[in-house]
Formats: sequence, structure tokens, C-alpha cells
Amino acid sequence: MNKVENNKAWFLVLPMLLLVAFSAIIPLMTVVNYSVQDILGSSAYFVGTEWFKDILNDSQLQQALIRQFIFSFTILAIEVPLGIGVALMMPKKGWRASLILILVTLPLLVPWNVVGTIWLIFTRTDIGLAGVGLRELGYAYNITRNDGDAWVTIVLMDVWHWTPLVALLCYSGLQAIPQAYYQAARIDRASRWAIFRYIQLPKLSNVLVIGVLLRFMHSFMIYAEPFVLTGGGPGSSTTFLSQTLTTMAIGQQDLGPSAAFSIIYFLIILAVCYCFYVAILNMGRDKNTSQPR
Amino acid sequence: MSLALERVSKVVGGQEWIKDISLTLEPGSFNVLLGRTLAGKTTLMRLMAGLERPTSGAVIMNGVDVTGMPVRKRNLSMVYQQFINYPDQTVYENIASPLRLARLPKDVIDQRVRETAQMLHIEAHLERFPLELSGGQQQRTAMARALVKDADLILFDEPLVNLDYKLREEFREELRELFKAKHCIAVYATTEPNEALALGGHTAVLHEGELLQYGKTPDVYHRPKDILTAQMFSEPPINIVAGRVTESEVTFDESVHFKLNQDLSGLKPGNYQFGVRASHIGLVPHADDDLELTVRVDLAEISGSETFLHVRSEQFELILHLSGVHEYAVDQVVKVYFPTHKIYVFDSTGAVVHVPTRLGGR
Repeated sequence: MNKVENNKAWFLVLPMLLLVAFSAIIPLMTVVNYSVQDILGSSAYFVGTEWFKDILNDSQLQQALIRQFIFSFTILAIEVPLGIGVALMMPKKGWRASLILILVTLPLLVPWNVVGTIWLIFTRTDIGLAGVGLRELGYAYNITRNDGDAWVTIVLMDVWHWTPLVALLCYSGLQAIPQAYYQAARIDRASRWAIFRYIQLPKLSNVLVIGVLLRFMHSFMIYAEPFVLTGGGPGSSTTFLSQTLTTMAIGQQDLGPSAAFSIIYFLIILAVCYCFYVAILNMGRDKNTSQPR
Repeated sequence: MSLALERVSKVVGGQEWIKDISLTLEPGSFNVLLGRTLAGKTTLMRLMAGLERPTSGAVIMNGVDVTGMPVRKRNLSMVYQQFINYPDQTVYENIASPLRLARLPKDVIDQRVRETAQMLHIEAHLERFPLELSGGQQQRTAMARALVKDADLILFDEPLVNLDYKLREEFREELRELFKAKHCIAVYATTEPNEALALGGHTAVLHEGELLQYGKTPDVYHRPKDILTAQMFSEPPINIVAGRVTESEVTFDESVHFKLNQDLSGLKPGNYQFGVRASHIGLVPHADDDLELTVRVDLAEISGSETFLHVRSEQFELILHLSGVHEYAVDQVVKVYFPTHKIYVFDSTGAVVHVPTRLGGR
């Protein structure tokens, strides 16, 4: 075969490049563009890092950020152990396994805003099961007045919606452990806890990395569910970062600061995820990451 | 410590996996369970271990019925085909784990771990993690874990299958040495007749859930009680040729016959099946009474420094196990020498009626 020397191959890459440019690079550069300019009507002034300074010093945003971190770490602290627990209890095979798998997966199939609506109705104090039930029991439950009630309800809602994801990941990890390990442990007279600690947990570490990363990213960007359920209230006690950003960008049309905020938001997620990734990877690396030779 | 199985059966989903097996293993004995896949080797081990309950029959340890006793209450260890170690513990911790569970003092644990590691030649890797080791070293770690705790019963379920040829030979020799000094019962499952021969001790030949024969390994090999046992315990399988015994002769077919020699003189006239091991047929005569056969080559299978020569005559097929490399063309005519004094004779039911007395080697 004759070889033709030319650069035609670049044309084959071009469609993909264009696609990425339109879908990612151009929108992102618009945001970068806005974040360093003050735009008034048709005139724009270059303001350098002024918006970034403003954003970082804005106490309302700082509080939303703190709230966001508390929320994300709370749900991680609940969903990861709970998910592992659920996975451990699920049957391994047979029709029961299929049935339980479907039941556990169900919440994952519900759209975000529907989840919010379901819980809004569930917690209503006039017709909702939880709302009326708690009132009957003598507790003055009210998510529109009590910060605590609103928080607990939002955390519960997220746990209900997303624990199945962690459970599914762990379930698949557990299924991959050969039976011989359990048999060997029984022969060694290892306790149930020892089996979990020395066989199941090490074998789960890989799926847990994925689980923690996904859950962190998801929860850090949470918007629809609390927006529908509490609207960010009472006051601003359940206003998380994305809702703050939306209010600023769309409600107040502060495009410059919003753009700067978006970039900071994006960088925080990137940085925290990277930290998680490195931390969990290193946790394994001390122990057993080298490939078998 | 002795272990006895008394009329043990195991039925799973209507299928008999173990059919009425009785077997007594002596203290300090090394026992090989030989059989093809699905012969019931692993199931029998699981019954011995108490990982499963027999459908009927009893398991007796030291005279005590332990049939229903859970595995956690027994003192045994097991080595598997896969390399099973705790992945996030070092080799040292892995070997120490059974001792820690037995709550032995630290200095005793340390001493025993180091001794055992030395026996298995992994003392240099104690601080490594199992997955950082080679397959052979991982299996050595698993074996060390099994050996360190002074179990009454050690079960090996095809432990060398996943290792390469050279390592397997090395391991076999070491295992025999290791168990010379031990008082526990060792049970070793394998599909390879030659591995059973190399390991020595006692051998139980299993076939489709049945125990065909149990005894000292060379005895079972040289004196199989029937055709099936002889076939199971030979690699390549023993050659079987149908024939007749008359007043003075053995006849395979019209053209192939020989005079009854001293060994076979006791046989009554009738139809028999004659067995001869692949390694006993040669390309040159070894004795005066060797029978010369003219056969055609089907296939010369060269494996390393050995050749398996498949040949056929009008009536029967034979396999020859030759040392050295021999190249033959398909359909080439060769002369082979059939040792008439090394013939096994089985009656029409398959039971052995004559075992050659002059045996040497395999």
C-alpha cells in the first residue's frame, strides 16, 4: 500500500473539536469573560479580580458555603455506612435478590423535583403522613418555621433518595468476592466483624471511592429538592450554594459576581473531589495496590 | 487424631454427589483424593471439614461423632485452588491471624510465624502484602496460614492447579518433607494421577461420587481392583484390549495371539479385557516374551521430552508413553513390543483377575 503524506487526518478530529468547543469551552469562556468585566448595557469595563474579592468577602455566601459543607458531610456520614449496611443485608441470589434490588433502586429513578414534591406532601401538617403523624404524637413539626425540622427533613430526603446508590455500588462489590474467602474465614474461626473488616471492607474500597465522589459532587450541587421542599427557608437556613447562585444570577441579574462565584464553586468541587480521590487512593496504596506480578 | 467417614452420602438437588462412602484416615497420614472433575473430591473435603452436613452417614473424629459440629468448633485448615489471603494484611499478619484468633501470647505467635515462614521460604517477604507477591508466594502464604495453627486436619483442594509446572514439582517435594514431621491428617485433592504418585502416602480413587479404591498409593496404582480404577489412576489412561483366553493361548484377534505364560496360566478359558500401561509398551523388545505388533501411527504427540504415540491395528488402538522425542508421520507403519508379562487381566464385569507380578517403575 502506498502511503500518502499529508495532514488530512486533522480534518477527522475537527468535528469533535468543534463539538467540544461549543459544548464546553465557549460557554466556560463566557463565564470567565463575565467574571472579569463589569457589563452595563452595551458597555463593559475590565475590573480584574474585583468580583472575586467581593464574592470571597460576601458573608451571605460564606454562610451558604459553610451550610453546604455541613450538609454534604452529614449526608456522606449517614449514606456511606448505611449503604454498606443495606448491601450487606441484601440477599445474594434467587428471586428475593431481584425483588429487593428493584425495591432498593426505586428511589433512584424518581426525578429530583418530584422527590421534593413527594416530601413536600409527605411532611405537610394538614394532609402529609409524616407531618400529621408527628403532630399527633405531640411534636410541633413545622418545616416552614423550625430550622431544625427543615434540616432534618432535607437530610432524610437525601438519604432516602441516594443511599440506594451507595448500596448498589457496595452490593456489586460484595458480589465480586469469591465464596472461598468466606469459607476460609469460617475455617479460621473468624468473627462476623473480622470477616467484614478484613475481607469485605478491603474488597469494597474501590467502589467506595466512586460512591463517595459521586455522592459528594451530587450533594454539593443540590438544588431542586430543597428548592421545592423549603425554598431555602426558613429564612436562609437551608439555602445551599447553587440556590444562592441562582438567586444572584437570575433574580438579581448580577452577572459579573455570579460568574466569579460560578468559577469559585467549580474550583471548590474540583479541589475537594481531588482531595477525596487522592486520600482514598493512598489509603489503599499503603496496603495493596501494586499489581500482582 | 483419626478421621472416619461412615457410609456418608450427600444429595444436592436430587443428585447424589457422594454415594455411600466409608473411609478411615489414620493419624499422621497423607491422603490423596484422586478423581476427575465432578468426582466429588471437593464435596468430600467439605464434608470432612464440616462445611457441609452429609445427607446420611456420620463423620467420626477420634471416636467422637462430629457430624453436626460447625466448622468453627473444629480444628482444621484448608488451602484452596485460588490464593486466599487477607488482602489488606501483610504476609506476617496473614500467617499470624489463626494464632491471634486462638489468643496465643505474642512471643509464641512471633516464633511460630517465623518458623512456618522459614519452612515455606517466605521469610524474606513477611512485611509485604499478598498482592505484591508472585502466585507461588501467595500460595505459600496461604499454606503457611494453614500449617501454622497445628490443625488436626489439613485439607488441600487442588492447591497447585494455578501454578506453573516447575513450581508444582518443587511444592510437591516440599510438601512431602513438611508432613513427615507432622501428626495431623493431610488430605490432598488432585485430578492428576502422576501428582498422586509423586506425593505418595495413601490414595483414594473417586469416580462420580463413588469411592473406587483406597490404600497405599503404590498399592492402588499397581493393584487396581477394577478397570475403572486402573483407568482413573493412569495418565495417559491404561490401554484396554478385548481378547480371549483359550486352552493354550491369548488371542486379541486372528493375527495377534501369544502362548499363555506362567503368569497367566491360571486363567480359565473365556473372554477377558487386557490392560497394559502406556509406558510399558516399547519400540524395542525388553524381554523374550514381548509380543511384536505391527501398527500404524495415528498421532505422535510430543510433550517436552516425552512422546505420546497413538497407534492402531485392525482391531484396537494403543497409546505409548515414550521418553524422548520421537517423530512419526501419520499412517507410518511401526513395530511395537507388547509386554505379555506386564498385562492386567479384567473379567467381563471389569473386576481384576490378574495383576502382573514383575513390575518396575511406572
